[in-house]
Amino acid sequence: MKKLKENKKLLILATLLGIIGVFAIITVLTQQGIINRYYSGILLSTCINIILVVSLNLTTGFLGQLTLGHAGFMAVGAYASAYCTKVVFASLPAIVSFPLALLVGGLLALVFGVIIGVPTLRLRGDYLAIITLAFGEVIRTILLNLSFVGGAKGYSGIPRYSNFMWAYFLAVATVIIIVMLIKSRHGRAIISVREDEIAAEASGINTSYYKILAFIFAAFFAGVAGGLYAHYMGIIEPKAFTFNKSIEILVMVVLGGMGNIKGAIVSAIVLTILPELLRSVSSYRTMIYALVLIIMMLAKNSPAFKEIIRKIKNKIIKKEAQE
Amino acid sequence: MNISQFFLQLINGLNIGSIYALVALGYTMVYGIAKLINFAHGEIIMVGSYTVFVCTTLMGMPIWLSIPVSIIVCAGLGICIEKVAYKPLRNASRIYLLITAIGISFFLQSLFQLIFTSNPKSFPTIIQLPPLTLGSFSISANYYLTFVVSVILMIVLDRFVKLTKTGRAMRAVSEDQGAAQLMGININKTISITFAIGSALAAVAGILYSSSYPLINPFMGSTLGIKAFIAAVVGGIGIIPGAVLGGFILGIIESLTKAYISSQMTDAIVFLVLIVVLVFKPAGLLGKNRKEKV
Repeated sequence: MKKLKENKKLLILATLLGIIGVFAIITVLTQQGIINRYYSGILLSTCINIILVVSLNLTTGFLGQLTLGHAGFMAVGAYASAYCTKVVFASLPAIVSFPLALLVGGLLALVFGVIIGVPTLRLRGDYLAIITLAFGEVIRTILLNLSFVGGAKGYSGIPRYSNFMWAYFLAVATVIIIVMLIKSRHGRAIISVREDEIAAEASGINTSYYKILAFIFAAFFAGVAGGLYAHYMGIIEPKAFTFNKSIEILVMVVLGGMGNIKGAIVSAIVLTILPELLRSVSSYRTMIYALVLIIMMLAKNSPAFKEIIRKIKNKIIKKEAQE
Repeated sequence: MNISQFFLQLINGLNIGSIYALVALGYTMVYGIAKLINFAHGEIIMVGSYTVFVCTTLMGMPIWLSIPVSIIVCAGLGICIEKVAYKPLRNASRIYLLITAIGISFFLQSLFQLIFTSNPKSFPTIIQLPPLTLGSFSISANYYLTFVVSVILMIVLDRFVKLTKTGRAMRAVSEDQGAAQLMGININKTISITFAIGSALAAVAGILYSSSYPLINPFMGSTLGIKAFIAAVVGGIGIIPGAVLGGFILGIIESLTKAYISSQMTDAIVFLVLIVVLVFKPAGLLGKNRKEKV
């Protein structure tokens, strides 16, 4: 027992060292000029995507409810926090106003999460998918018509407070908070809802409560990611938060494995860097994403599909054996 | 407030509402039988419109021939989608099915975007009838024809589901799949027929919609699809008269808000209606609350 605790302490220490180590290496490389502005931009987007993917994984992977409006929550967070730094907290120094703005962005996204989640998640069934989908579109049309945040022209002149340090440590914090949530009693309750809602309810778990809890947690982090994004770009437009963005995040979750945090991080990194490298085939990107979704689902669940994969594997092994 | 203006908006609402109702019927039938939100349903509307466009504008087919071609193509597409993407996952968890459905919808959208680009194409004029004059104002042929065609199709569908053997099989499968199978009903065939009928209705809705709003693009199906789904939920998903009621209610609300409140906030108001219905009547206006069985 004592040894176990020691091991755990060591593990935590190693993780912390790893986190700081990666950050130190990247900082040094940036200062040396090996990582130029273009690359550090990609690194920053990677961190933002990690926040988005890990938080979506909480609802889609662990809670087992499909959300198609993550970009909508991101938009809420982005606009709210941009408005905060530009207007509300404009007199405060950046070091105070930026985290405050991110918090406000996240909290407003959370409030929207409550408004959508409470009527929807009380019900059994797949209403959440379509309602979040509609929500994403509605938020976008509302933003297009709100003149005080720029409307269709976009909201410009946002101070560029986001840098790699902020994004990196916020991503780390998000991952740690969500992992801790999942490993806690509450996390087990959330997973039990996914496994069998009726059985969970019969065991005394307040399923509606946990569904809403996981959903608004995810909404909050999406809002924070949106705030980071807004202060990185300097200008935000409603068309950046379309359905395609929500699908992009979903593809990352699905590719990383639903309910798998490590996988989600890896796929967020890969799917942020890969499209940058493959600019030449970018017109096929949405189609490839769609195919990834379909094939991943079939490969995981269809007996016929599994059989085909097994046969192909066998053939390859046989060929190798013959040679 | 001007009364004739109000009536004009009401007619407008009935026009778009009957299209919503047709699409919502497809959603509701598929949901009733396969317990699946068929996200690709909206895209079938788009495929239907593009098929007519390709047949007439690019291949020079006469219009009366292009409409049945489009209906058949869509029905076939519906069956294909079911066989390829949904059937293998019938016993899997629901979320996998939903993700596949989203994938299919997204795939069709991007495929058509690649083929036809995202520039809108102009849809051929299909309806060349004189407008109907009623006293002081006239109703364009598009409007009354959309309404009449939709109502006829709804009545036919209702009779079909209630009176024919296939219709009875469909109702049985949606009630209890296992029991229906034990009674000798071919489940696969029944589900295929349901998808075919739903998709054919979507094709008709697409053609009617495009003749009222004659610019088609690869994304036209998604908004129409969402609205129709909302209509289906408002009326009570899985219930055929509910879809019709929801469609008309939604169409009228939409055109009245466009005229009297704000044209930009229409979508937000429709969304609000959905939330309110879900709070007070989760099973929809015509739905009955059922106890969940273990």
